[in-house]
Amino acid sequence: MLLIHCPYCDETLPEAEFTYAGQAHVVRAQDPSSQDDGQWEDFLFMRENARGPHYERWRHFHGCGRFFNAVRDTVSDKFLTTYKAGDARPDLSSLLEGQE
Amino acid sequence: MSQYRVSGRGRVDTGKPVSFTFDGKRYTGAAGDTVASALLAHGVHLMGRSFKYHRPRGPVAAGSEEPNALIGTRRGPGRFEPNTRATVQELREGLEATSQNKYPSLKWDIGAVNDAAYMLFSAGFYYKTFMWPKNFWHKVYEPFIRAAAGLGVAPCEEDPDHYASRYLHCDVLIVGAGPSGLAAARAAAVDGLKVVLVDENAEAGGTLLSEPQATIDGQPAWDWLASELEALKAAGVKIMTRTTAIGYYHQNMIGLCERLTDHLTDVPADTPRERMWRVRAGQVVLAQGALEKPLVFHGNDRPGVMLAGSAQTFLNRYGVLVGKRPVVLTSHDSAWYAAFDLADAGAKVQAIVDLRDHVHVDLLTEAQRRGITAKLGYTASATSGRLRVSSIRVNPVKGGDVGTAERIECDAVLMSGGWTPSLHLFSHTKGTLAWDDDLTTFLPGKTPEDCVIAGASRGPWGIAAALNDGAEKGAAVAAALGKSASGKTFAVEADRTGSGITVKELPTDRSPGKAKAFVDYQNDVTAKDLRLAVREGMRSIEHVKRYTTNGMATDQGKMSNINGLNIASDALGKAQPKVGLTTFRPPYTPTSFGAFAGYHRGEHFEVTRKTQIDSWAEENGAVFEPVGQWRRAWYFPQAGEDMDAAVGRECRAVRETLGMFDASTLGKIEVVGPDAVEFMNRMYTNPWTKLALGRCRYGLLCGDDGYIRDDGVIGRLGQDLFHVTTTTGGAARVMNMMEDYLQTEWPDLNVWLTSTTEQWSTIALNGPNAAKLLAPLVEGIELTDEAFPHMSCLECTVAGMPARLFRVSFTGEIGFEVNVPAPMGRKLWEKLWEAGQQYGITAYGTETMHVLRAEKGYIIVGQDTDGTVTPYDAGMGWAVGKSKPDFVGKRGMARPDLVAEGRKQLVGLLTEDRSKLEEGAQIVFDADQPVPMKMVGHVTSAYHSDAVGQPIALALVEGGQGRMGETVHIPMPDRTIAATITSTVFVDPENTRLKI
Repeated sequence: MLLIHCPYCDETLPEAEFTYAGQAHVVRAQDPSSQDDGQWEDFLFMRENARGPHYERWRHFHGCGRFFNAVRDTVSDKFLTTYKAGDARPDLSSLLEGQE
Repeated sequence: MSQYRVSGRGRVDTGKPVSFTFDGKRYTGAAGDTVASALLAHGVHLMGRSFKYHRPRGPVAAGSEEPNALIGTRRGPGRFEPNTRATVQELREGLEATSQNKYPSLKWDIGAVNDAAYMLFSAGFYYKTFMWPKNFWHKVYEPFIRAAAGLGVAPCEEDPDHYASRYLHCDVLIVGAGPSGLAAARAAAVDGLKVVLVDENAEAGGTLLSEPQATIDGQPAWDWLASELEALKAAGVKIMTRTTAIGYYHQNMIGLCERLTDHLTDVPADTPRERMWRVRAGQVVLAQGALEKPLVFHGNDRPGVMLAGSAQTFLNRYGVLVGKRPVVLTSHDSAWYAAFDLADAGAKVQAIVDLRDHVHVDLLTEAQRRGITAKLGYTASATSGRLRVSSIRVNPVKGGDVGTAERIECDAVLMSGGWTPSLHLFSHTKGTLAWDDDLTTFLPGKTPEDCVIAGASRGPWGIAAALNDGAEKGAAVAAALGKSASGKTFAVEADRTGSGITVKELPTDRSPGKAKAFVDYQNDVTAKDLRLAVREGMRSIEHVKRYTTNGMATDQGKMSNINGLNIASDALGKAQPKVGLTTFRPPYTPTSFGAFAGYHRGEHFEVTRKTQIDSWAEENGAVFEPVGQWRRAWYFPQAGEDMDAAVGRECRAVRETLGMFDASTLGKIEVVGPDAVEFMNRMYTNPWTKLALGRCRYGLLCGDDGYIRDDGVIGRLGQDLFHVTTTTGGAARVMNMMEDYLQTEWPDLNVWLTSTTEQWSTIALNGPNAAKLLAPLVEGIELTDEAFPHMSCLECTVAGMPARLFRVSFTGEIGFEVNVPAPMGRKLWEKLWEAGQQYGITAYGTETMHVLRAEKGYIIVGQDTDGTVTPYDAGMGWAVGKSKPDFVGKRGMARPDLVAEGRKQLVGLLTEDRSKLEEGAQIVFDADQPVPMKMVGHVTSAYHSDAVGQPIALALVEGGQGRMGETVHIPMPDRTIAATITSTVFVDPENTRLKI
């Protein structure tokens, strides 16, 4: 069972308290009617299938209830970091350096 | 004393006899025996039949890696377990053990014809043999395979035992209580560190239990062990025996299965049989030692052929000679010591046959001293004996040429192909393996976890090496936890260090194509099978494994993987590290389902949610159905009524007078805040801005893909307060979806969402007399069409209770939903029940609710929709607020596929023969077309309907809304039913019945 750091509670807690919520930084357009069919299709269906670091969303479902973002390595299953929803995408190279 | 028991040897207590049965025959063992050691003490080697060829088999090992000696154990009704390793099952008084995979008896087994027909069962025989003719699959092959497959027989009674689960947090977890694990525990137990030491065996000690000749720091090994265990306990180390580390999971979580009662004659009441521990450790030391490799030669599976180290264990730990005239066959020094130990215990060792041309002179001297013939540079080409080995055929090998055979009479063959580190748990961590050319084996490489390997698991050999390495690693993990610790150095005498070589199949003078030289004993995989797999094109070791099933049995390749790899890599002409090892997966040894399930069985398997009114329904004879996690009253049969009769009566009552329904399970979400109306506008398809206070509206929720997700009536109880209802099963999903959009897409909106499903008890009253019943009980409003029209809501008092009153209808009759604080639910229900007697009030369940709503064409999301239905497909375009700039699903509904012609649309169906359709049945336009027919939709709901006078159905049909009055066909196995497409509304299309 993974241990996950909730950036809102600022505590590292067992995975059983959390639910996975798909890829992160998939932005719903401010005005969806401005989107052509291809753009909307990308938004709805196109997702990465990363081997390695993956930006993804989790929800502290059985805790504070907040959605937040994480970078998790899909090979090692290690969380490189977690951060609040709305925060900028963290720079990958500095995260990977921290791992070495 | 049993024939093969050696007086003065072993740790068993022959003064405490233990009686048990094997295949019905009574035997006596000693306290401390396993089933295997007790049977071996009586000279019984034959303990089972092999899986594929039904060859006679006996134990080849002494521990948990045993592939052959699988037995069933029984302790009274329900307490039967198949596939237990006889080498692990401790003896207890009255134990009933049975052999497996034989008919009619272990000695005379009819399945053994497979052995003669072994050519048919070579690698991949499933794929080759059962190909044709096609219709043989169901009638001949599958029944045959099903009957032949599997090892023991699965128990069919409910397990009466219970199983516990616990969590454990510690600083250091050490797996394996052999010399390295013990030394690691001692070194790590400093400065208050919480250290846990676990071992799968009945007692701690590991190798020390099999090597009493050694002395450690001047003490005999067993004395040292006893005092060391005391010292560890004094240092606060938690020592858990009979506890297997089954899996190494993320971030140093280790699963431990502790066996508590299987070894006990009398089980204390309320003791769990097993306990699953989930351990989170700061640091882990894996000290699992090494497993001995069998040698691969023709007849290496005959009962009496076993690992030399295991024979040594049976002697030194259990006081049992596995044979009185053994031959030792080896490529490693360690087996020489087994020969010496057996000789010293009275066995007449016939010969030590070593594949190597040279061994250390000390070994030769020791052999000579005991009068044992040593044959260096020899191979073994066969064994003989029907149910027990009686001789071995050996040949000299010179410069690669196999010379003339000679036969040595014997009653046991003790073999050793060297040792392979036990890396299973390490592999669970995704640790890399590094090939070691000198040892011809994989050693642990890097792991992402906080984990170190100690002792023979990483290569060092001998007790001193293991102790010293363990102490060093124990100190290292303590240091990693910020404590200052140092590992001591141990002085060991009579240590047995040594080395050996690794061989593939042994060279033979006979045709290798006819050799039954087993690599995987449990799955009957031979060296020939592995080479055949490579010849037939398997290149990856993963493919070789699956094609041959090598390493896929319950022993998970503990003995076979490395031999299999050596042979496959030779056949492929590639070095072993280029071929690679297959992945080890948890559990380390077979683990009972009970241990995994723990407390989660029976009523505790899943939550059953009950409403406050559930008890009334139960007292009044309701039949229940599960909906989500809820248990809901399905219908209320009266004496002599079947379901159809009860539902018919309930439906008539609602249409004719008055029905009452427990709707408490409806999901309820309170949406509050200054931006509540804006939030509702964005979430739901409908417009909400103009919804007046005290009014409700049917709301439709879509995903951004444009498909219907949920629905429910939503009331506006304040300018900034919406009482949202959802479907029973969809409540949590809707709440999650709303939170998702609110938190991540529109964090600027000032809105709060609260799940209030369980805060309210909801009672629905429906029928022409609903208002008459309720009016006298409601304070604050008159229940007239003018004061409180259909689709109104209000906070008021009902029967003296604070209430949220909704005038809504899911039946087409005058309807109210009364919400009161949940604990008052049953009180209100009983008041209404009592007051309603004058109107013949009838309690109805979910089935009647379904029928009544279908008669009105009201959809059930998830039944009439399936995640590909848009509001337009469902005929509910009226619920879409087209002028809103945006809402979830608006852009999705404009996708090309969603506006295309010919989409499946919801319609009604009436059958021409007035039969009830089957939900899920497929629909075609032309019943005369050839099979396979073009399917154009399916029946989503179908019910008998008294109100309509014939069964009704709802269905999704291609272009259905433009096909009113047309005939479609529903082909069923026995006939084809014709039906007419109609409107979805079968009863009161003008809604006149909603008026008071």
